[in-house]
Amino acid sequence: MAVTDTPTASVQRVAAADDTAPMVTIRGVSKAYGSNEVLRDIDLTVNKSEVVCLIGPSGSGKSTLLRCINFLEVYDRGEIRIEGQLVGYSETTPRRRLSNAELRGLRRNVGMVFQQFNLWPHMTALENVAEALVQVRGLDKIAAAERARLMLARVGLADKADSYPSRLSGGQQQRVAIARVIAMEPHLMLFDEPTSALDPELVGEVLQVMRDLAAEGMTMVVVTHEMGFAANVADRVAFLDRGRIAAFGPPRQVFHESPEPRLTQFLQTYHERNSF
Amino acid sequence: MKFSVIVDALPHLLGAAVTTIWISLLGVLLGQVIGVLVCVARQSGNRGLDMAGGVYVSFFRGVPLLIQLLLIYYMLPLIGIDVPPLVAAISALSLASGAYVSEIYRGSLNAVPHGQSEAALALGFSSATIWTRILLPQAFRFSVPALVNELILLLKASSLISVVGVAELTRTSQTISASNFRPLEIYLAAGVIYLAINSALALFGTLVERRLQQG
Ligand SMILES: Nc1ncnc2c1ncn2[C@@H]1O[C@H](COP(=O)(O)OP(=O)(O)O)[C@@H](O)[C@H]1O
Ligand SMILES: [Mg+2]
Repeated sequence: MAVTDTPTASVQRVAAADDTAPMVTIRGVSKAYGSNEVLRDIDLTVNKSEVVCLIGPSGSGKSTLLRCINFLEVYDRGEIRIEGQLVGYSETTPRRRLSNAELRGLRRNVGMVFQQFNLWPHMTALENVAEALVQVRGLDKIAAAERARLMLARVGLADKADSYPSRLSGGQQQRVAIARVIAMEPHLMLFDEPTSALDPELVGEVLQVMRDLAAEGMTMVVVTHEMGFAANVADRVAFLDRGRIAAFGPPRQVFHESPEPRLTQFLQTYHERNSF
Repeated sequence: MKFSVIVDALPHLLGAAVTTIWISLLGVLLGQVIGVLVCVARQSGNRGLDMAGGVYVSFFRGVPLLIQLLLIYYMLPLIGIDVPPLVAAISALSLASGAYVSEIYRGSLNAVPHGQSEAALALGFSSATIWTRILLPQAFRFSVPALVNELILLLKASSLISVVGVAELTRTSQTISASNFRPLEIYLAAGVIYLAINSALALFGTLVERRLQQG
C-alpha cells in the first residue's frame, strides 16, 4: 500500500477535500458457515477511483468477501466501512444488525454486477434500468426513462431499449445490468465474475465497458478470472486462498514477484487452462 | 330424447350459467387476493403468520368443499352472523380457492431465482417494492396455467353450492327437471354448457400464456 500504488487517474484529478479518505476499509473481517471458516481476518483498503481485483481458486471466499461489502452476506467479526460508514451494523449499539430498510441508504450508493446478470425478465432493457430510478431514487417515470436511455447508450445498447432480456445475448444482458447500476451513480461498484457466464467471444464487450468505467474514475472491486483484465486494469490485486488474502499489491508484483507458492500454482493452472 | 325440451329450457339454463360464471369469477378473484396475502404471510419469515397460513391452507385443502360450505352456512348463524346463501357460497368458494392459489404462488415464488430479489436489494429497493415489482409479477407469470386450471376446477366445484339453494346452473337444472320430468335432456344440456365454458377458459388461458411468454 505504498504511495506509489496510487493510480494515476486519481493523481490527475483535482483533489477534493476527502479524496484521500478510503472508499472501503475492511478490518479483521471473519466469517464462518458452521465450522467452515470462509473468511479469516481479512484486511483490505480500497481507495477512491481505485480498481481492486480479487482473484483466487474457486471456493476461496471471493464472492463472500464481495457480498459482505454491501451486506448481502453477514460477516461475523471485524468491520467494513464504506466512506466511513459502518456496513451492516449499528454504530451506536454494538453488533446490532441493521434491517433491510436501514441498509437501503448505503446500498443505493453501492452498485453490484452479478455473474448471472440477474436482469428482471418481465421488464424491457429500458425498464430494467429505469426501475430503480423510480423506486429508489424517486424520479418520475419520464425522467427515469430518459436517463435510462442515456445509460443504455453509454454501454452501446441504445437500440435495444425495448428488447426483453430473453432477446439479448449474454454480453448485452450484462451491459444492461451495468447500465442499471451506473444509472444510480454509485460511489462504488462490485463485480462478481461478470464475464464468467459469457461465451468467450462476448467477454470483450463487457470488459471494455468496465475498462471505460475504470478510466472515468469509478471505484471498483472486481472478482474475476480474467487475469489479463486484472493485470492491465487493476491498481491492486488481492489473491485469496482458503479465506485469507495470501498476496496483495500492484498487479506486476502479485503476478511476477510474489513468493506465495499457492499463488504460483494458481497462476500456473490458469495458464495451462488458457493455452492451447 | 326430446330436443324441444332442451330448447324450451335453454334460456333458463343459460341465465343460470351466467350466475355460475360470475360466482366462480368472484370466488377466484377474492381467492387471488386471499391467496397472495396468505402466500406473502407464509414467506414473510414471521413464524406466527407462517403457522396461521399453514393451518388455513391445510383446512381448506383437506376438508371437502361441500362440508366447508355447509359449515359456513349453518355455523355462522349460531354465532349470530346470518348469511344469505349467496354470501355463504361465495365465501366458501373464495376461501377454498385462496388456499389453493396461495400454494400455487408459493410454488411459483420458489421458481423465481434468488438473484432476482438480490439484484433489487443491492440497488436499495424496499422489501415491499421487491414483492410488488419483482417477485409477484414473475410468480404470477409462472402461475397462469395453474390459475386457469384452478378457475376451471372452481367452476365445476361451484355446482356444489346448489345445496344451499343458490340458483346456479346445477340447481336450476334440478328445478327444471323436477317440473318437466326430463332429467336426461336437462342434465345433458347442463353438461354441455359446463364443457363449453371450461373449453373457452382453457383457450383463454393458452392465449394469455402465449402473450406472457413473449415478454
Ligand atoms: N450459503 C452458504 N452456505 C454454506 N457455505 C457456503 C455458502 N456460500 C458459500 N459457502 C462456502 O464458502 C466458501 C467460499 O465460497 P465463495 O465465497 O462462493 O467462494 P468463491 O467465490 O471464491 O468461489 C466455499 O467453501 C463455499 O462452499
Ligand atoms: Mg464466487
